[in-house]
Amino acid sequence: MTYFEFLNEHGVTLLLGTVTTVKVLVCSMILYVIISMIFGLMRLSKNRVIQGIATVYIEFFRGTSLLVQLFWAYYVLPFFGISLEAFTAGVVALGLNFGAYGAEIVRAGILAVPRGQWEAAHALNFSPAKRIKRIIIPQIFPIILPPAANLTVELLKATALVALVTVVDLTFEAKQINSITWLSAQCFGTALLIYYIIARFALVPFLRWLEILAARKVGKERI
Amino acid sequence: MGWRWDFTFEILPQMAIATLNTILAAGVGYAIALVVGLFFLLGQKTPFKIVNWINREIVEFIRSTPLLIQLFFVYFVLPQFGITLSAWVCGMITIGLHFGTYLSEVYRGALEGVPKSQWEACRALNFSTIYTYRRIVLPQAFPIAIPGMGNYLVGIFKDTPLLSTIGVAELFHAATAVGGYNYRYLEPYTLVGIIFLTLSIPAAMWVRKLENDVNKAQGKIKK
Repeated sequence: MTYFEFLNEHGVTLLLGTVTTVKVLVCSMILYVIISMIFGLMRLSKNRVIQGIATVYIEFFRGTSLLVQLFWAYYVLPFFGISLEAFTAGVVALGLNFGAYGAEIVRAGILAVPRGQWEAAHALNFSPAKRIKRIIIPQIFPIILPPAANLTVELLKATALVALVTVVDLTFEAKQINSITWLSAQCFGTALLIYYIIARFALVPFLRWLEILAARKVGKERI
Repeated sequence: MGWRWDFTFEILPQMAIATLNTILAAGVGYAIALVVGLFFLLGQKTPFKIVNWINREIVEFIRSTPLLIQLFFVYFVLPQFGITLSAWVCGMITIGLHFGTYLSEVYRGALEGVPKSQWEACRALNFSTIYTYRRIVLPQAFPIAIPGMGNYLVGIFKDTPLLSTIGVAELFHAATAVGGYNYRYLEPYTLVGIIFLTLSIPAAMWVRKLENDVNKAQGKIKK
């Protein structure tokens, strides 16, 4: 069987799997960005309790393996009466896991904004909320986007794991085709290529575009 | 269905033995990755443009595709070419290659972190390249590399559960087996999470301390 025959027969299945992978990626990306913003700010709170909650959350999700969290969300939560669909469980576990890493990036980004900016905002009598919203947040984007871009590529790779909790994504389809046809080189090779293409020609350019946009916003034309 | 302590204690010895396997897998994988990283670094530093380019593409490819599919690829495709390796060996090779690319970036960053003037000073003092590396550059690059190297040790440790998908009998594999046999996943998976936490948090703290110690020994922090 030539490679073209293989593609002809299984290409559509793999593409359908790719669509699911992209869906998982987009959903968990949105979730992790929101979570990391919230917990990154909580981590810097002066309130001991809020800060404690954020620290426990971050240490917990960074300390355990993503696969364990996925299986926990899918197989163990039903014991407590919470039955999640495979897709939901996958997205939630990915979002929570990457949110923990993202929160640390956000925290570092906020701390990296020069002290003078805080003081100037204070001197101009901005309210704390306005200070964060109008002065600090716009400035953290150029700082946090490069590490966040790395993290997002990691997220794309991590979406492969949701196949193990029965989400029918690219990895799942590749495994399935492999067990039917036993053409391992073709199906896993194609899957690897598709992941590579998504990362190299879609995700990374998009994130790079965001970086340029953020840099322009604070008046840095070139990074 | 609540938590059952008798079941927990029943499976604990089995899990403890599997934990040793996990630690062994992480250790061996890390050792391979450290060496592989050196080779990728070498590929990057050779004066041949074409080698640099191929090296970069390979690194880029490995870094932007999921470890899970790489595992499947190595495990299922190599036998088609007549190379039959055990799951253990396949897992170690794949982890070594995957994280080797990351470590090569850590090494590169560390070497570039040494100021150029150091090189110029050595040139002025007529030191040989080897002597410069051994006595001047590497001792200064090492502390820069430590945080990255430590983080990937913890990273490899947290990615070892993926090995269970190709049948390496590590902690997660044991938990799945025990859970399937008794049809109770609550305790095994929760135990896995707890074991991971109790191992990776101290490891991360140790890395942080090491980083501090090395910095202090280099006189970078005055305390």
